[in-house]
Amino acid sequence: MKKMHIIVLVCIAAAIVVLISYTGDLTTYETIASAKEKEGKFVNLIVKLDKAQPMEYDAVKNPNYLTFTAVDTLGNNIKVVYHNNKPTDMEKSERLVLKGRVQGDHFECKDILLKCPSKYKDDPKANKTIQTNS
Amino acid sequence: MNYIGEHLLPGQIGHFFAVLSLVVSLLATVTYALAFRTADPMAKQSWLKLSRGLFFVETISVLSMFVTLYYIISNHLFEYKYAFTHSDLSLQVEYLLACFWEGQEGSFMLWSFWHCVLGWILIWRSKEWEAGVMMVVSFAQFCLATMVLGIYFFGNKVGSSPFVLSRNEGFFDSAPIFKDVMTGHLRADYLTQLKDGFGLNTLLQNYWMVIHPPILFLGFASTIVPFAYAMAGLFSRKHEWIKPALPWASFSAAVLGTGVMMGAAWAYESLSFGGYWAWDPVENASLVPWLTLVAGLHTNLIYRNTGYSLRPTYFFYIISFILVLYSTFLTRSGILGDTSVHAFTDLGMNTQLLLFVLVFLLPALFLYFKEYKKIPSIVKEENTYSREFWIFIGSLVLFLSGIVIIAKTSVPVFNKLFGTNIAPPEDAEFAYNQIQIFVAIVIGLLTAISQYLKYKDTPKAFFGKKVWIPTLIAVLISLTISFFGDVHYDKKGPGFLFAIHMAIFAAVYAVVANAAYVWLGMKGKIKAAGASVAHVGFGLVLVGILISSSKKTVLSWNTTGITPLQGDPKAKGNAAGDPAENLTLFKGVPTDMGKFMVTYAKDTVNPLDRKRYFEIDFSAKNGGEKFQLYPDVIKQNKGGEGFSANPAAQHYWHKDIFVYITSFQENNREDTTTFRNRETKVGDTLFYGNGFIILHKVSVNPPEQKAKILPGETALFLDMTVISKDGRRYPVTPGIALQGMQLRSLPDSVVSQSLVLKFNKVLDQNTGKLEIGIKESGAITDLITLKVYEFPMINILWLGVVVMVIGFGMSIFQRVKAAGRGALRVS
Repeated sequence: MKKMHIIVLVCIAAAIVVLISYTGDLTTYETIASAKEKEGKFVNLIVKLDKAQPMEYDAVKNPNYLTFTAVDTLGNNIKVVYHNNKPTDMEKSERLVLKGRVQGDHFECKDILLKCPSKYKDDPKANKTIQTNS
Repeated sequence: MNYIGEHLLPGQIGHFFAVLSLVVSLLATVTYALAFRTADPMAKQSWLKLSRGLFFVETISVLSMFVTLYYIISNHLFEYKYAFTHSDLSLQVEYLLACFWEGQEGSFMLWSFWHCVLGWILIWRSKEWEAGVMMVVSFAQFCLATMVLGIYFFGNKVGSSPFVLSRNEGFFDSAPIFKDVMTGHLRADYLTQLKDGFGLNTLLQNYWMVIHPPILFLGFASTIVPFAYAMAGLFSRKHEWIKPALPWASFSAAVLGTGVMMGAAWAYESLSFGGYWAWDPVENASLVPWLTLVAGLHTNLIYRNTGYSLRPTYFFYIISFILVLYSTFLTRSGILGDTSVHAFTDLGMNTQLLLFVLVFLLPALFLYFKEYKKIPSIVKEENTYSREFWIFIGSLVLFLSGIVIIAKTSVPVFNKLFGTNIAPPEDAEFAYNQIQIFVAIVIGLLTAISQYLKYKDTPKAFFGKKVWIPTLIAVLISLTISFFGDVHYDKKGPGFLFAIHMAIFAAVYAVVANAAYVWLGMKGKIKAAGASVAHVGFGLVLVGILISSSKKTVLSWNTTGITPLQGDPKAKGNAAGDPAENLTLFKGVPTDMGKFMVTYAKDTVNPLDRKRYFEIDFSAKNGGEKFQLYPDVIKQNKGGEGFSANPAAQHYWHKDIFVYITSFQENNREDTTTFRNRETKVGDTLFYGNGFIILHKVSVNPPEQKAKILPGETALFLDMTVISKDGRRYPVTPGIALQGMQLRSLPDSVVSQSLVLKFNKVLDQNTGKLEIGIKESGAITDLITLKVYEFPMINILWLGVVVMVIGFGMSIFQRVKAAGRGALRVS
């Protein structure tokens, strides 16, 4: 066996090891119910903002404290605490991806990804829902 | 039915050229293929002539589509969906072009346009390879033409046309103002009701967005040239294409690299990723083809000089183009929806996009493996002391690092294929960084030493004599950075910090060794030093990345004590992590922010670009510098209600200070009410307009309010709760601070209740009677919250990019010149 072959094999093996070790860091998308069962584990929730419940954000009191209620497609809800500023247009977004973990009675959110129907989009259907809703 | 005021002609012209472009590009593919196959030189010439004519018509078609669409957008013909959804009347002229690439259709046309430009250069320069190469280019043009076709075949929509009318796309179906009351159909004069378009996404209203996409797409488009040469080589089993392909690969690497880094510059200036690089899938998808292309460029060099590595060169050039197609699929299919903030939306073309990848991938791989054995290769092993050996190792590392990145980026694709629900890891960026830092170390070291090795075999005395000087200098410089550069990125443990220091050495070594090589190895012949210059630039890019990323600091830590934070934000295990990064500023009130006192002085709305500019005054506490920054916000369009913020930056040679507004509240009503004074004592309840207030207790110098109390002061705070009619509770703690006879009031407020509470004085110590002031105003004073970041040494990164591109340019120039002279070797 040539040394080049050995090096190539070693490098490929290293790449595979890296990828396998990466799978250990991966997280999962969960529903609110299943996230509550895995309290303390870092998960991703795909939810909607519950507009019936109050959203609290007061930049004077604390610009780094936002709390609201999230509801998932199964109808479960959970209080969310986010230690950062309120993302603009949050009320408008049709879907939120929340990254964080359940702690006690609430979801400690580390990051919020907004899925706005209108942002970056030229989907007529999405824009239409906005117009008819408002 | 005829509608009043519609301009239907541009659309018809556009459609016509879209179909024409489809047909002629297919014909050109066929005629180029015939020219390629035929052995008869006469027939070949006549096929070539015909093909060029067809490609000319193709070019005219693409240009006409471009001009037509520009006409539609610049004349605000909102009857067309593209103008309606991507522009509005108030848009400045300079952003009209950006409307093009906001949508998928326009960016496909841009790609097509670059293929035409590159095609003519190939027709002009590629001589006997023209037929084979242009066959592939024409076929790619055909595929791109299908993307903007928008015609139904057997019930399947093929492509998405930029020339469709808004009224045919269902925009007005649910809007009664466009309807005829009598019939329920669209009104004939519906255009009079159509006042304005949705506008260009506010994030894209940035000058980088005007120049970044064309450069990036030129980079994407140019990867087809090495690919096409490789395919022609496989078809004809001739491998001389490797020489003309080399400057093309350099060109492609330079332009694609510039395009990617311009995207990084945009991300940096708009802070939409929180920095210049966030390992976002969209960024990764364009970086990975660059990595494999650079790998191919290096194996190409090995082959030209030694005859080794032809097979990997084929493979790298093929895979680079395939990866460009794959990145198109990733960013445009909507599959990244949950992991990327910056992908295009699904236009319902996923199958077509997938076919676009497969139609190149499958034949290319089939042909490659079929011909693999016939591609010449040297049986004897590379010498360990040869340049080709180590360059090959470097190429392999680049390729594998690209594979690792793209595999991670493809997680959503795996989810789709296997029905899993895997999500990115908790710290997605670190998952990339912890691997790529080692790639940076290896590549940095290889970049440094490879030039000092000679092809085939290196006399050990030569290597040792030359390499020690740059090594010594690099060790000294990197030790200086490590010890005095204040690199303390210990968030990820000492192991990662050590890796950062190692990588800093490797990167510095790459810079120093390649700069020194111009004198030590080439005796100052700067003209021939393109490779060294490019490597110096690459090394600088690495140095810039390492130092700036590991030293990014937040200046706006919320230490004002306006409110106690929920727990220690810096404590480990706090799920919220560190983002207590927002500071609240009241208009006209200087606020303490670390090294600076900052004041929100005023704000103005510029009618021209519809932005609201905030003047933020910075003054250094040590009395040194003072400066103003003007971050702005622009109202969201496209149904969005909020604002998107643009940062402002103070640039220094060694660092940038960025400020951006995270929220603002404007006092739009006259504040006429004054404080009403009320008597109260502990346990009492006071009423206000919208509920009541309970006073729980009075505390002296409470530790949680320490930040508000100056040394030497005695402070009294009232622990109160405001309970509004809807049952929500807000804790408030107004206070007073006393120093001798000096009395300082520390009012507290509940913004959502427009309530300000002030502790006036103690009325009677014995009975515990106090006086407090209550103000229920229309609104509280104007306030903003902002974030301030400091990025050090980012200019090294940008300088590195510029140097690298200059180096690429020099080597392209050298090779093209050498090819013109008929000389074979330059390096």
